[in-house]
Amino acid sequence: MPAQLTYTRPRELLLSCLAHPSLVINLSEIEWDMLLPLTRHSKLMGRLAERLIQLGIFNRLPARVQDHLIGSMRLTEHRQRMVLWEINRLERALKTSGTTVLVLKGGAYILARLSAGSGRLLADVDILVAHNDLDTIEKLLLSQGWEAVQLDDYDEHYYRAWMHEIPPLRHRDRCIEVDVHHTVLPVSSRYKPNPELLLTEARPVEGCQFKVLAPCDMILHSAAHLFLDGEFVNGLRDLSDIDLLLREFSQKDSRFWTRLLHRAAEMKLTRPLFYALRYTRRMLKTPVPRRAVVAAEFYSPGRRMARIMDALFERALMPDIPDVNDRWTPLARRLLLMRSHWLKMPPALLAYHTFRKSVKRWRPSAPK
Amino acid sequence: MRIAEFSSDALKTRLHTSGLYTQTGPFKIRIKSNSRPFIESLRFLYADYAVLDRQLADFHVALELQTNYRRWFHPQVLFKIDGKSPFQPFPNELSPPLFEWGLNWCIGTRAHHYLMLHSAVLEKNGKALILPAHPGSGKSTLCAALALSGWRLLSDEFGLIDTKSTCLVPIPRPIALKNESINVIRKLFPQAAIGPSFPKTRKGTVAHVRPSIMSVDQMDQPAQAAWIIFLKYKASSPVVLEPFDKAQSLLRLANNAFNYEVLGKQGFQLVSALVRSCQCLWLSYGNLEEVIERLDALDVTGYASTIDVHSA
Repeated sequence: MPAQLTYTRPRELLLSCLAHPSLVINLSEIEWDMLLPLTRHSKLMGRLAERLIQLGIFNRLPARVQDHLIGSMRLTEHRQRMVLWEINRLERALKTSGTTVLVLKGGAYILARLSAGSGRLLADVDILVAHNDLDTIEKLLLSQGWEAVQLDDYDEHYYRAWMHEIPPLRHRDRCIEVDVHHTVLPVSSRYKPNPELLLTEARPVEGCQFKVLAPCDMILHSAAHLFLDGEFVNGLRDLSDIDLLLREFSQKDSRFWTRLLHRAAEMKLTRPLFYALRYTRRMLKTPVPRRAVVAAEFYSPGRRMARIMDALFERALMPDIPDVNDRWTPLARRLLLMRSHWLKMPPALLAYHTFRKSVKRWRPSAPK
Repeated sequence: MRIAEFSSDALKTRLHTSGLYTQTGPFKIRIKSNSRPFIESLRFLYADYAVLDRQLADFHVALELQTNYRRWFHPQVLFKIDGKSPFQPFPNELSPPLFEWGLNWCIGTRAHHYLMLHSAVLEKNGKALILPAHPGSGKSTLCAALALSGWRLLSDEFGLIDTKSTCLVPIPRPIALKNESINVIRKLFPQAAIGPSFPKTRKGTVAHVRPSIMSVDQMDQPAQAAWIIFLKYKASSPVVLEPFDKAQSLLRLANNAFNYEVLGKQGFQLVSALVRSCQCLWLSYGNLEEVIERLDALDVTGYASTIDVHSA
């Protein structure tokens, strides 16, 4: 680890500071000038700020840098308050239903008091319920003030027939969106992890009747979305989530890596796990033991393909701002989006979907 | 060095290439632009602003002409922060008001290390006056009138409250006048430095008043709030200035803040501290000259005599 940093490339600067936050103490004002927008557009400024406080070095930073970090912490705390309140309201609304509800992603990290929850910026609440309970829960929410976001007939049908969640709900008095999932990935996806496995392994949390995913499942769920969805608006934040979860769980449980690999096979999510371990290691220097790396290598798409995927993911996972983009970034993003559609739908459905969407694009004023 | 000391060409070159570093209140800004109307208005409205060396900028903003086919017959300009554009493009001739809105948006969405009131703030003899915005209040008109009558302008848009000292932090930017108030101010203060009018914006016609050199030079000097005055403009009505209930004031001021909810408990503490330490007043007025006189007297006589004046 170098003692003094002189960065000219924004990419290296951002990734080193995320991997080793204590290094920021040596940054010059000009380097901070480069770093602040990078962390902000990665949605990681709040997280970095909280980690610098935990490391006890926040007060040694330049005053104007502290101002930016404080501002982002206030915003993160506010979003977390709103999300926790929404979860509280959902609990109340579903109290008598006798259903099992799991909170996913950011909300879960906060509820379970994981390090990935501290300073985590989030915008909505995602919950997972058993497919059998879906109707009950949707009706209960619709009867208690939540409203479905208006969609046209095709999108509504698409959600209901092929997606892993129902159209988003929002309470009429509040601005937090609630996504109700009934499985991990779109129903039409080539990957078909069994949601029953997630529900049976779910863990209780203190102070909330809702549950969260078991440690390994949390990582696999996050990895599945990050590496199969094709959208990277929050790419680096999600990669950082996985990094922190891996670090925390592997410290708490000596058999964690074995469990994780085993669970990935059980959930049929070995390829996303391979990518998760590869890019957390390559980009955020996550300490993964050698034997786990070797074992995960078994799920690689092949050496040549992996190198191509490196070129794509390592571009798309960075924040989308001119400072870090190179001439190939737009192409990398486009290819990954196409790949995600290819994985999400069988060819016939994909052709039909693309046709419907392009008709809509050319007739934007078509009646709903 | 001040912005006005640049020749038009030198300013243009600076904004085209490395960007211009300047400071508005606590924020340092790096500006790049190739939009001619904006460059001209910057030279006029921000004439007294200091030119800084390259350093940590709180906001990297740019007003960039779009390079698509439209540029040949109807050029459009994009506001960018950190190289990304949060808004739709505007017609190039509206780039000066776009810059003001864009910068307001940047501050309002990011500077949560302050409590940000949506208020005009002016100061006299070390005491600050907060004029919270409310539709139809005539906040900017009164703000411009006071700023042109010897009050120091802290801000027309942002009451930035320092979270530790509860002081008001100045951010003396151009005052945005709308529609009829442009001519009212022109008539009353013929000496006022007012930029060109921009018709057909979302808010009607807009023109900007340049902040005085005194306000700009004292932008590093915060002021303690003494009065919070809720305004109501009513054409040709007499000036009425009376005490306003503190509990009501607290609710109104909380509603007026851009980021009251974001700050949570701290937001409540700051707003209540302000309301407790200030004199909260209600003002309805129809005549600017008269109201300026009354507010000038407020500075000398304070709150107690205000009540006397009203009840007498």
